Amino acid sequence: MTVRDTISRRALLQGAALAGPALALGARPAEAQANLTIGFIYVGPRDDFGYNQAHAEAAAQLKRMRGIKVVEEEKVAETADVERTMESMIRLDGAKLIYPTSFGYFDPYMLRMAPKYPAVQFRHCGGLWTKDKHPMNTGSYFGYIGMGQYINGVTAAQVTKTKKLGFVAAKPIPQVLINVNSFLLGARSVDPSITVQVIFTGEWSMPVKEAEATNSLANQGCDVITCHVDGPKVVIETAERRGLFTCGYHANQSRLAPKGYLTGAEWQWINVYEPFAKEMQAGKAPGNFVRGGLAEGFVKMSPYGLAVPAAARERSDKVRAEIGKGNFAAFKGPLRDNKGNVVVPAGKSLTETAIELESTNWLVEGVIGAIA
Amino acid sequence: MSAVAEGLAGAAPAAAPADPTYPLRRALEAALAPLLALLAAFAAFAVFLLLLDRSPVEFVELVWRGAFGSWFSLQNTLQRAAPLLLTALCVAIPARLGLVIIGGEAAVALGGLAAIAVALPILGGPAPLVWAAMALAGAVAGAAWIGLSGWLRAYRGVNETIASLVLAYIGIALFNHLVEGPLRDPASLNKPSTWGLDEALMLRAMPGTDLHWGLPVGLAACLFTWVLVARTSLGFAGRVTGGNMRAAQLQGLPVKRLMILACCLGGAFAGIAGMIEVAAVHGRANASLLAGYGWSGILIAFLARQNALAIIPMAVLMGGLGAAGGLLQRRMDLPDATVLVLQGFIFVAILASETLQGRIAWFQPRRVDG
Repeated sequence: MTVRDTISRRALLQGAALAGPALALGARPAEAQANLTIGFIYVGPRDDFGYNQAHAEAAAQLKRMRGIKVVEEEKVAETADVERTMESMIRLDGAKLIYPTSFGYFDPYMLRMAPKYPAVQFRHCGGLWTKDKHPMNTGSYFGYIGMGQYINGVTAAQVTKTKKLGFVAAKPIPQVLINVNSFLLGARSVDPSITVQVIFTGEWSMPVKEAEATNSLANQGCDVITCHVDGPKVVIETAERRGLFTCGYHANQSRLAPKGYLTGAEWQWINVYEPFAKEMQAGKAPGNFVRGGLAEGFVKMSPYGLAVPAAARERSDKVRAEIGKGNFAAFKGPLRDNKGNVVVPAGKSLTETAIELESTNWLVEGVIGAIA
Repeated sequence: MSAVAEGLAGAAPAAAPADPTYPLRRALEAALAPLLALLAAFAAFAVFLLLLDRSPVEFVELVWRGAFGSWFSLQNTLQRAAPLLLTALCVAIPARLGLVIIGGEAAVALGGLAAIAVALPILGGPAPLVWAAMALAGAVAGAAWIGLSGWLRAYRGVNETIASLVLAYIGIALFNHLVEGPLRDPASLNKPSTWGLDEALMLRAMPGTDLHWGLPVGLAACLFTWVLVARTSLGFAGRVTGGNMRAAQLQGLPVKRLMILACCLGGAFAGIAGMIEVAAVHGRANASLLAGYGWSGILIAFLARQNALAIIPMAVLMGGLGAAGGLLQRRMDLPDATVLVLQGFIFVAILASETLQGRIAWFQPRRVDG
């Protein structure tokens, strides 16, 4: 570290002597070789076995690309703090592409920075960008991970003995509800008698409540647990200790549950970040609205754990291949919510890209739990 | 009453005739102790860095560059300090009466929520009027929430620390319920929020800066509090209560009402912090209001030893560490927790330095003519 910086300072002086004082303004010599500095901002710790780790793993892969320098900052609050972090990356590190990865960074924080730094590209994880409404140097990318939870459900259904699955969820927002519903639909595609018990903790990261919820699900007889919280570590570890099976989310948690981990729905953000970086290096702006699922490689499944028998693997792989072809409709009408209302009418079916799903405010029949 | 306050107050009528330089020496003592503590904390942290194989020199350089070294960095620091000035007062004011209130986080959240709730029906009104209504609503909500802890203490004998902490959890739950339920803008799909202010109603940055008006408001609040505590009879009554409650009661001071008043005042400041966050930063109330300003305020109030003027440099220090924290992560490849370690060192060192107060004879009053 120290050695590198000694060289840096010397090189900086040389650069300044050659190019005049203009170059000395905050430029670091590493940038002399790297033609692109990319800033990653995370809302939680980089090693949370979850949402932030999924991004950080892709950032680490990106670092190995030629001509790319990556700067990262973790635990940045969704307040004016993130504006200052973006500015700091732009002004002190010379970042030309910024990834504010947390959903809440978009409005108003990123939208406020974009007009101020028109030469910088901002790409937000979450799919909120709208043409004509938002600046052209901003954009969003997101993945359809619901089908990952669908395969989790298919796999869980073939392993469960009690026919009761558990889901620890953060907040009852559309993103989370799609995952809960997909998990149930996947499981019911194998065995229609299966139920999913869901518990909302109310917070994206609240380890104590996550552990309580997992224990409560275990006590109610659920024998496969999955979750949608920022860091699934506590849920997976608690379930493993209770001798339950688990399906992962966000990143690979198999290390935390060598016995009970079945499979998991993981992000694979490098398939966004690498093309974006190449476009930037070629002097083009990356896409403003980019989405993909299992078929596009934005989402992948964790390798199966020991507890998944060969027959179950085969069946899950078949579903996986089916989804990979695209146009897979998991939400087939007639479909009722768990209060008896028809949410998808007969004859209609929704694929993962259906716009209706993005305002989901119901739990599908078979899910035990309530939104409010 | 802490030595800092006395020192800054500069008034020591009893000792003044015998030893004219004593007030100055006392002020010096009050300022030197935390400075020495800071140095000690940095020294301990340097050892920690060496153990991690990182350069302490680079660390100091980066803290300077990230927090104070340029106009941009300085603004970054000051902006982070702004809400902390107000939330620290929420702890420091009741503390002068001997009350340890730690529930400021809920006062910030509910203050912000009340501010937006009041603004929504009058969005068409003139901006200054809307802002005044928002500030008033924020202050009332914060005052009510913290005042409740004061009331429980004064009239029900409930420990105010526990009461304010538990009420903070209840307040945050109430906030979440309202933001995700009755006050939710249905269009805020994946980040539940209330309806927002129009762009025209947002508090703009101060001319020539990126700083919002929270900073001058916070500074004014600290000055106001210092004058109130150190220079008015009401403040004196409060300090007497904090010094010896029984004696205050014997003197006929309205101890119970003073306690509630102090809690209300502190809560009002925290509520205004929430209002400013809504009006200047977020434009609406949502989980972003729960950014921990209330909790950080506790730390700053104790570092400032509950003195309203000392809150200013301490808030700037914490703001600076926050501002530099990002650069440290990016340049030295350190995790965010490193800054917490440094904060821990500083906190322990400054609290420990209190034991030095009054121990060094040179700073003490001297008898000139025996």
